[in-house]
Amino acid sequence: MSVTTLSSPALAQRQPNWLMRLFDYKPFLVVMCLAPALGLLAVFLTYPLGLGIWLAFTDTTIGRRGIYVGLENFQYLLTDPLWWNAVFYSVVYTAIATFGKFALGFWLALLLNNHFPFKSLLRAIILLPWIVPTVLSALAFWWIYDPQFSIISYLLVDVLHWRSSNIDFLGSPWPARFSLIAANIWRGIPFVAISLLAGLQTISPSLYEAAMLDGASAWQRFRYITFPMMMPILAIVMTFSIIFTFTDFQLVYAITRGGPGNSTHLLATLAFQRGIAGGELGEGAAIAVSMIPFLVFATLFSYFGLARRKWQQGEAND
Amino acid sequence: MTDTVAQPGVADAKAAPDTMAWDSRLRRLMMIYLPLGCFVLILLFPFYWMAITSFKPNAELMNYREHNPFWISSPTLVHIKHLLFDTSYPRWLKTTMLVAIGSTTLSLVASTLAAYAIERLRFRGSPYVGLGIYLAYLVPPSILFIPLATVVVQFGLFDSPLALILVYPTFLVPFCTWLLIGYFKSIPYELEECALVDGATRLQILRRITLPLAVPGLISAGIFSFTLSWNEFIYALAFIQSGANKTVPVAILTELVTGDVYQWGALMAGSLLGSLPVAIFYSLFVDYYVSSLTGAVKE
Repeated sequence: MSVTTLSSPALAQRQPNWLMRLFDYKPFLVVMCLAPALGLLAVFLTYPLGLGIWLAFTDTTIGRRGIYVGLENFQYLLTDPLWWNAVFYSVVYTAIATFGKFALGFWLALLLNNHFPFKSLLRAIILLPWIVPTVLSALAFWWIYDPQFSIISYLLVDVLHWRSSNIDFLGSPWPARFSLIAANIWRGIPFVAISLLAGLQTISPSLYEAAMLDGASAWQRFRYITFPMMMPILAIVMTFSIIFTFTDFQLVYAITRGGPGNSTHLLATLAFQRGIAGGELGEGAAIAVSMIPFLVFATLFSYFGLARRKWQQGEAND
Repeated sequence: MTDTVAQPGVADAKAAPDTMAWDSRLRRLMMIYLPLGCFVLILLFPFYWMAITSFKPNAELMNYREHNPFWISSPTLVHIKHLLFDTSYPRWLKTTMLVAIGSTTLSLVASTLAAYAIERLRFRGSPYVGLGIYLAYLVPPSILFIPLATVVVQFGLFDSPLALILVYPTFLVPFCTWLLIGYFKSIPYELEECALVDGATRLQILRRITLPLAVPGLISAGIFSFTLSWNEFIYALAFIQSGANKTVPVAILTELVTGDVYQWGALMAGSLLGSLPVAIFYSLFVDYYVSSLTGAVKE
């Protein structure tokens, strides 16, 4: 009895000390702190990335382990008009949507950079398209693009009398492609505008004051102060935007599912159709892997192309 | 009254005397308010259209000649009622909530620890670990979903919300870690040194000093992760098969879109209800969203 009363406080004191000392041992602590994050990323990101590249060289289907087939999947893709079609549309989609998003988003950021009442409320409202689940706003666009009851057709035909017939937004290839691009631009503007607004607010007003004393016009102030000062942030935002536009899936899957006649397939939707819906995991993985070179190229291009000025300056200054 | 009106004019004149001449009210109207108005109109119109469609009876939805399509003459709750009582919408909502909260918690814990280790424990190679985590953010889900589907099957998690809870951190952890590294950087290191001198252990420092000071960063990362996992689509589409376990965005698209005649009223009501939780959440924490969005870009 007396032994237990004696030993238990002593034990209680020693136990946390030993544990505490272990947790104060820096290498151990570093490993413990990094383990959850790196573990999750290794199991669910790095490993699948490698596995995906491996799958692209096999003929795996759902329910059957594949064997190594070398470049067969890629050779097949190179002869597949649907894949070329998807590559073509992915590039067009990314190019036009990125241009539209940045032109309009930059304009919106410049507008928001002025002083006017209810500014923060307006900024909050403008971010809404980006907050709401993309698929759900895509459904709204699907309904807006309805062949019979499109509100845009109604405006053009019955209110403004500019056209005599409804627009067939999603029924034929090119209108469908541009309708999707418009929806993508709509969704991307808020992100671009708010990020660029943050960049605009870091530009020191004294630069503009100095330029105005020297008699610079509004355009010159934009061209020689705003634009160069925005280059670094523009490069980062554009890199992100290009990566996530090129690999876009939700908008196309929700609105057209690649139709009409497979004309609006992006590489991601084609990979889904072949890989998950069609069960050809190997081929789907090959399509997904074929996105990687485009992504690397686009990233290098947008990042170094736009950030060039910055590191040139940095070298000169150092 | 006149004072308050005159004040901004005076301030403007002081800031930019040159612009006084051309910065007339009309020009300001044409150059700022008109384009801003157009932007807001276009950015918000789909939501207005979504909302108005959800409360319109079918007769009005399909007849633009007798009813003004921009307004509702006899609002109805029939679509919402159909959604809540004739479909498993409440179930989907519950699953989505569970997945969003689960993956957000998991990512927050993992990335807080990782950010603390990278920014404050400063071991050899910590910048490289940080860079590696950042690069993980650049790997888009569209490349990963096919191999991940096989991984999920291997783990026996196919068709289970747990798969989503475990997979979503792949895009949440990189983002949160970078956001939190930024926040930890802004906390003076001297505070931790004081605590170390006073004999506190590293874990005590993290719990009693660093974390309380990083609360705004934690809130930002948390609400951002919640929104991203609520909105996630491609993994949820690929890994969940049975109707009952689907998340709201997937379920609306795959379960409610049936046949050739689309139930636009129900579809839009579903979209509206599925958007409302994030929209409400957003309206409560607007400033955190903006700061985390811009903070992540600046890092």
